[in-house]
Amino acid sequence: MSAEIRKLAVFVEETRREMGREIDPPTRKAAAVAVIANPFAGRYVEDLEPLMAIGEELCGLLGRKCVEALGIRPSEAESYGKAAMVGENGELEHAAAILHPRLGKPLREAVEKGAALVPSSKKRGGPGQPLDIPLGHKDAAYVRSHFDAMEVRICDAPRADEIMVAVAVTDSGRPLPRVGGLQAHEIEGRDGLR
Amino acid sequence: MPEPQIRKILTVVEEIRHEGGPPPSVPLRRAAVLAVIANPFAGRYEPEIAGFMDDLKPLGLMMAERLIAALGGDPKAVQGYGKGAIVGQAGELEHGALWHVPGGYAMREALGGAAAIVPSAKKVAGPGARLDVPMTHINASYVRSHFDAMEVGVPDAPRADEIVLALVMSTGGRIHARVGGLKAEEIIGKDGLR
Repeated sequence: MSAEIRKLAVFVEETRREMGREIDPPTRKAAAVAVIANPFAGRYVEDLEPLMAIGEELCGLLGRKCVEALGIRPSEAESYGKAAMVGENGELEHAAAILHPRLGKPLREAVEKGAALVPSSKKRGGPGQPLDIPLGHKDAAYVRSHFDAMEVRICDAPRADEIMVAVAVTDSGRPLPRVGGLQAHEIEGRDGLR
Repeated sequence: MPEPQIRKILTVVEEIRHEGGPPPSVPLRRAAVLAVIANPFAGRYEPEIAGFMDDLKPLGLMMAERLIAALGGDPKAVQGYGKGAIVGQAGELEHGALWHVPGGYAMREALGGAAAIVPSAKKVAGPGARLDVPMTHINASYVRSHFDAMEVGVPDAPRADEIVLALVMSTGGRIHARVGGLKAEEIIGKDGLR
């Protein structure tokens, strides 16, 4: 089954100043969101395989859209995250089917490498509700400067029979990181954690 | 007056493929660019503020050019536009009105001319506030298919002493427009109205 996409939205946020300090180069985060029909809205379906296939298909598309919106090479992506919001006639498990089994591989192709787990969030909600996409460093989950999130929302989605699927990619961490922890330049990059 | 101090820029692009009706061969695209700037008049009543309009012109041009790029790069593809401002709580509504001249000038300049008045909305509000920015046809305000609006906002802006400035553009009218009225192909294009 191929995703029936009603709408695609791409957000790019560029931060140039924080607390009066110039951020040079600016930190940048991108999010790509697809609003799709939920083929299982309003009924219980045991086998969620079609949604897993949709997750695989969408993730490459959304990951590439983020990288393209940032205008970077895939290797320059630093952190990533994913999230889904299911409209009121769907169930949370529909979001899980899209996000977890097969979404990772095409996303990692879009950002090159990506040893770390892709942080995620999911919820059920209605049109215009905010969705916070968690962010973590793509090669080492413990890099503290890159723990972040990006809020997205679309005023007319998700309708009751829709699912909002979101991927976020950055080329940087927080604007003024100074709470210590593992630094990006200290990554060993073997286990996806450190 | 010094040049506007930009904290953050958010770009949003929506690609709308259908809304329950027959998908057109080319999806509708709408985009918004939002700049979060320091409000130089926050916290006090300043009688003379009009000089800041000139200072905003280069920022307006940069935003208009980013919008056209976000919609594919061809100014001729742009059919609808609008503008808006959200003033943080230490400012006044009149500070939002400073955007009328530079915002409109910038889009006309970047589009190589446009006859219709640029519709607008403004308010005083806090971080995360949403603004419905009205949109109409760039050459004739009465084109009914192009009456639309785009909801925009920035999760952490405007702070009390900031202003969010918004410009929006679209590549067409509503996706399944069918309530009659003046059509885009019937525009006379002399007075900006019809």
